[in-house]
Amino acid sequence: MKTQMAAAFAGLVLLLTAPTSHAEQSIEQIYGIYCVQCHGLNRNGTGINVPSLSVKPRDHTDAKSMGDSSDEELTKAITEGGLAVNKSVLMPTWGHVLSEDQIKDMVKYLRKVCKCGT
Amino acid sequence: MKGLLLAVAGLTAAFLSSASAADKLDPSCSSCHALAKPTDTSLDRLLARKGPDLWYAGSKFNKDWLVSWLQDPKHIRPAGYPYFKNIKKGDKHDEPDPSKILAHPKLNKADAEAAADALMVLKAPDDLVPAGAFKGDMKGARMGALAFIKFRGCVGCHQGENGEGGLSGPELTDAGTRLQPDFIAAYISDPQRFDPHIWMPTANLKDLDIQRLTAFLAQLGQGGK
Repeated sequence: MKTQMAAAFAGLVLLLTAPTSHAEQSIEQIYGIYCVQCHGLNRNGTGINVPSLSVKPRDHTDAKSMGDSSDEELTKAITEGGLAVNKSVLMPTWGHVLSEDQIKDMVKYLRKVCKCGT
Repeated sequence: MKGLLLAVAGLTAAFLSSASAADKLDPSCSSCHALAKPTDTSLDRLLARKGPDLWYAGSKFNKDWLVSWLQDPKHIRPAGYPYFKNIKKGDKHDEPDPSKILAHPKLNKADAEAAADALMVLKAPDDLVPAGAFKGDMKGARMGALAFIKFRGCVGCHQGENGEGGLSGPELTDAGTRLQPDFIAAYISDPQRFDPHIWMPTANLKDLDIQRLTAFLAQLGQGGK
C-alpha cells in the first residue's frame, strides 16, 4: 500500500512539474520548424536568416509590441502573410502549411512567449 | 477495358523500373534519403529525416551536375538538413552549428555515374512535375531577379546571385546547373505537394511570377548564358 501511494505521489509530482503539456510541446515543435528560421531560438527575431532580411523579424518576446497586435491580426499575419496586415512580404503565408487549429494554437503560444495580450 | 489494362501495365512497369533503379543505389543512400514515395506523410517523419527525399530525383536534378557533385559533394544547404537540427544561438543571431552538419559521402567517377544513372530513373509523376511547367521564356529572368530579391522575399531563406541570402533553404547560386527548370516551376508553385510539411511556404504565386522566377533561377550558375 505504501509503495502504491509513493508511486501515485511520484506520478502526481511528475505531472505537476512537467514543463509543458503534449499539445504545447507540439506547437513548440512547429515553431521550431517554421518560425525559428527567422524569429530564432530565443523567439526574439534573431533567426539564422536574419543577416539577409531587410526587415527585422518580429520579436515575439516583446510584450509591448506583441501586446499591440490583436489575436485576429496575429492569425491573419500567420495565415496570409505580412502583406495582409501591412507588414513585410518577408513574413510568408503559412495558411497552406499549417492547419487552422495549429495557427490558433500558435497564437496562444505567442501570447505565452510574449507574456502579453489576451 | 484494354486501356485500363495498358494503364495498369504501364504503372506497374514504371513502379518496377523505379524499384530496380533504387536497388542499384548503395543501400546506405536509403538510410538518409527516401528513394520511393513515402507512405508516412506525418510531421514526425520530417522531424526524423536525415536528408532530402530523392524519390523524384530524376525530375529534379540535371544528370551532369549529379555526376560531378557526387564526386566532390559540397554543402547545398548552409545549415545542413534539416536546418532546424543544426542551429545554435549566436551573439547577434542564430548560426549554423558546423559540428552537427554531416559531410555527404564522396564517390569515385564510376560509382558517381552509376548512382546518377539510377537516380535519373526516379521520375516524379507527370502531374507533379508536368513537362512544360516552365514555358521556356528566359526574358523574364530580370523581373524574376527582382521577385527573388525583393517582391517575393525568396532571398530571405535562399542564397541566390553572388551567394547572398538566407541559410534555412538550399542555396540556389548554381540552381541552373543543378535543377531542371520544369521542377523549379512545379516546386515553387506548391512545395507541399512534393513534401507535405516542408518549411518552404507556398506563396500562392501567379503563373507569370513562377515563370519569371524560374527563368532567373535557371540561368544562375550557367556562366551568364
